[in-house]
Amino acid sequence: MTAEIGQFALVLALMLALAQALVPLWGAWRGDRVLMAIGRNAALLQAAFVAIAFASLAAAYLANDFSIALVAAHSNSAQPLIYRLGAVWGSHEGSMLLWVLILALYGGAVAAFGGSLRESLQARVLAAQGMIGAAFLGFLLFTSNPFTRLFPAPPDGAELNPVLQDPGLVFHPPILYLGYVGFSMAFSFAIAALIEGKVDAAWARWVRPWVLASWIFLTVGIAGGSLWAYYSLGWGGWWFWDPVENASFMPWLLGTALLHSSLVLEKRGALISWTILLAILTFSLSLVGTFLVRSGILTSVHAFALDPQRGVYILAIIAALTGSALTLFAFRARAMRTGALFAPLSREGGITLNNLFLLAATATVFLGTFYPVFMEAARGEAISVGPPYYRETFIPLFLPLILLAGFGPMLNWKRDEGRALLRRLRGPGALAGAVLVAAGVVLGVAHVLTLLGLALGVWLIAAAFWVLARRWRIGQGGGAVEIARLARATPLAVWGMVLAHAGLGVTALGITADTAWQTNKVLTMTAGQAVSLAGRTVTLRSVRIVRGPNYEANQARFEVSGPLGDRTLISQRRFYPVSQTRTTEAAIGVGFLGNTYISIGDETAAGALVTRLWDHPLVGWIWGGGLIMALGGALSLADRGRRRAVVKRSAPAAPRTAPATA
Amino acid sequence: MSGRGVKRLALLALGALLLAGEARAVLPDEQLANPKLEARARAIGGELRCVVCQNQTIDDSDAGLARDLRIILRQRLVAGDSDKQAIAFIVRRYGTFVLLKPPFDWDTLVLWLGPLAILAGGGVGVAFYLLRRGEAARAAPPALSEAERVQLDGILGTDEPA
Amino acid sequence: MRGALFLLPAALFVAVIVTFVIGLGHDPSQLPSTLIGKPLPAFALPPVRPGEAGLASRDLTGQPRLLNVFASWCVSCRIEHPVLLALKAQGVPIEGLDWKDEAAAAARYLADNGDPYAQVGNDRSGRTGIDLGVAGVPETFVVDGKGVVRYKVVGPISPDDWDRTLAPLMARLRAKT
Repeated sequence: MTAEIGQFALVLALMLALAQALVPLWGAWRGDRVLMAIGRNAALLQAAFVAIAFASLAAAYLANDFSIALVAAHSNSAQPLIYRLGAVWGSHEGSMLLWVLILALYGGAVAAFGGSLRESLQARVLAAQGMIGAAFLGFLLFTSNPFTRLFPAPPDGAELNPVLQDPGLVFHPPILYLGYVGFSMAFSFAIAALIEGKVDAAWARWVRPWVLASWIFLTVGIAGGSLWAYYSLGWGGWWFWDPVENASFMPWLLGTALLHSSLVLEKRGALISWTILLAILTFSLSLVGTFLVRSGILTSVHAFALDPQRGVYILAIIAALTGSALTLFAFRARAMRTGALFAPLSREGGITLNNLFLLAATATVFLGTFYPVFMEAARGEAISVGPPYYRETFIPLFLPLILLAGFGPMLNWKRDEGRALLRRLRGPGALAGAVLVAAGVVLGVAHVLTLLGLALGVWLIAAAFWVLARRWRIGQGGGAVEIARLARATPLAVWGMVLAHAGLGVTALGITADTAWQTNKVLTMTAGQAVSLAGRTVTLRSVRIVRGPNYEANQARFEVSGPLGDRTLISQRRFYPVSQTRTTEAAIGVGFLGNTYISIGDETAAGALVTRLWDHPLVGWIWGGGLIMALGGALSLADRGRRRAVVKRSAPAAPRTAPATA
Repeated sequence: MSGRGVKRLALLALGALLLAGEARAVLPDEQLANPKLEARARAIGGELRCVVCQNQTIDDSDAGLARDLRIILRQRLVAGDSDKQAIAFIVRRYGTFVLLKPPFDWDTLVLWLGPLAILAGGGVGVAFYLLRRGEAARAAPPALSEAERVQLDGILGTDEPA
Repeated sequence: MRGALFLLPAALFVAVIVTFVIGLGHDPSQLPSTLIGKPLPAFALPPVRPGEAGLASRDLTGQPRLLNVFASWCVSCRIEHPVLLALKAQGVPIEGLDWKDEAAAAARYLADNGDPYAQVGNDRSGRTGIDLGVAGVPETFVVDGKGVVRYKVVGPISPDDWDRTLAPLMARLRAKT
């Protein structure tokens, strides 16, 4: 029964999405408030019905309803409850339903909380969101129905791929989708603005929180995915420039540009065309990512099963949505330029440069990811593009960006002066310079990338906190009380910016250290044997068999002793009988300055255990930095909420001109 | 899998070799005794794609073919091939697809020069854009000095956020 | 000029979509062979059954032949096997290369399921397979009368593959010799 309910709910949702796509558009054109109100109701109902459909699917998984083909293919009664839940989105159909659910929820949010928006703008935004929803609901119902029944129902299901049986599965896709799909809001707002023919501060004020929220989710999603790969794949790698990884990275890069560009738009009314274009492109890249994972056009460890037919459908959706958006852009964006002026050397100018670099970086990742497709289409030749390409093109692009990111927050709006700017950043500059020289002396000048990575990471962190130092007038004679006062008065948004930039610097340092100073040993070990690794001694203490809920494992216990103390690490080599697969659970000793990573393989004929050991310096900083960035974003988001409340409370009081507060 | 019949070139004793790099699937019995050669093998292995896997290097993959290629690569290096020759040996058999770093030729010109071209072209465009804005901005009233800004902030009662 | 700039994203987008459409028609897991147009690399393999001649590269001359790479442990090869037997009945010359397999196991496999091959060579180490650029089994090469590789099929041969691609190619090659 649940499958039928879910199916029916999806059909209703599709009809509502179509209504949402067309009726408010008509209403906005006509100025008909009733029609526009229908749009809001349609959006809310659509969200409700998609939620019902999703709940039905989830219920089926949790109740082990193997009469539904999807459940039988991806879940098993011996599977732990949490992974039965995760399996809901562990398949193409299920994850697509999650995608559509989040899309509908965002649309519903505009309907529910968008009271302060101009009614015609809200209506058009809902219409755009409805079009996207309708397209993907159609895709679900016609090519990827999650509720297909299986006759006769098998007594038990196939197991979810053991590699996916991990907490990562429960968190990573939903968070990632909240980011990815969240950029649909900016997209819909951009389309609405293009149709309306104007973009104003209210538009920017409304769009920014959604962009910020999506960006935060995407940052956590990508960092989380990288961390998941690190501990679960048994290799200790955290980024492979795999097409699907790139598919999430590209929206992040452009989303970052969008974030900064919309900031300029909100505060100064400039960079309108840039912002609109970025809003369109960011979500379009999300769509391309969805296409990539499900069409089989590129091979990837992350991709769902090959299905070119589905690929055609998604491609048609992308062509229609992005195509019409870019066409609208081509003809309408010119008329929307304001006269907001700024000098080349200004924060606006800096952010324009930021846009350029991020666009170039995104284009690089795009080129690398899709060039094999281009080559195949144009030449019939098969080439492959792997990490070496990105190392030689992306890194050289990103390093200058990190340098510029240090300057950005120090730039004045509208106009600044070069010498003054440099003077402001003397501190961080000196610090970074010192690091560069010291590292050069210790490591040798040949390791250019390592030196630059270290210096720039330090630069960015220092430059970010220097903003606070300047604000709090440290070193200008004020006492601790004065500094504390200024600190308390610092808006959350400033803290947010400082943390976000510093977080990027932390990540840069982590990447540099792990890449440059990682060490590795591969050998066979027997119980009692010891080996040295990066100044520590690792001893294999014991090997025994253990049993899990749905697996059997060979478990090795290691003791790591070093200058900072001892710890015990356990690694398993698991065998899952239902799917007949083997996985390795690595033993990871987490430390602030780096991880010890031990991964066991199979036993040799002689009974020795194949053991791989790594030392990963500062690797945790990579994800720690990501978390700090997300935290920064969250603070900025919180700031808006607080300011809204402040303005609301003080509205009836004396008219204060509060520049660009929500 | 019966691929163990390949002649081993060197057996690894209990002492392992300290090597930087990734090589996540290299087995102890594959490693060469000569650390320089092994280091070269690891470096090259990290740049060769495992063609039966989905996006892994031959060093990272547990697949049988990956292991065979790792062993053959080491055989070639021991036989005296330079890095280029060893790579060419494998490319001659499996095509350029096996190279994770795409070759630099007429076909891949856009791939390799594209990023720089976009940055340069975009840079020129942005430069014009900014300068044009700047001309107009210069005609506008001058920006406030630091002291004036602080004064204004005080009057407005809000600090200008980042 | 400024107007053209606004059209640029849309124009680039069209190019991208066109490429994707073409790309969808292609299976990225199918690798083209580097050997096409080149002579078969030299090899000489021992037999799977004692007393036989085995298989050497010079055996693949004189007339167009198929070189089928198989293994007794390979599931897809069993799917392909009846097709090969049918082709042998039609008189198509097929040579077998037993890849990364024990000779005895291959001999048993052929005894149980029928032997479509004129000659079979055992490549226990897989080294010859690597020289041929073999990535898995089954794979089949079309070799012309002069020992030059003309085509490669990755995966099992279906009757459709034979009718549409291989048969016409073999006929063309026979006409040339």
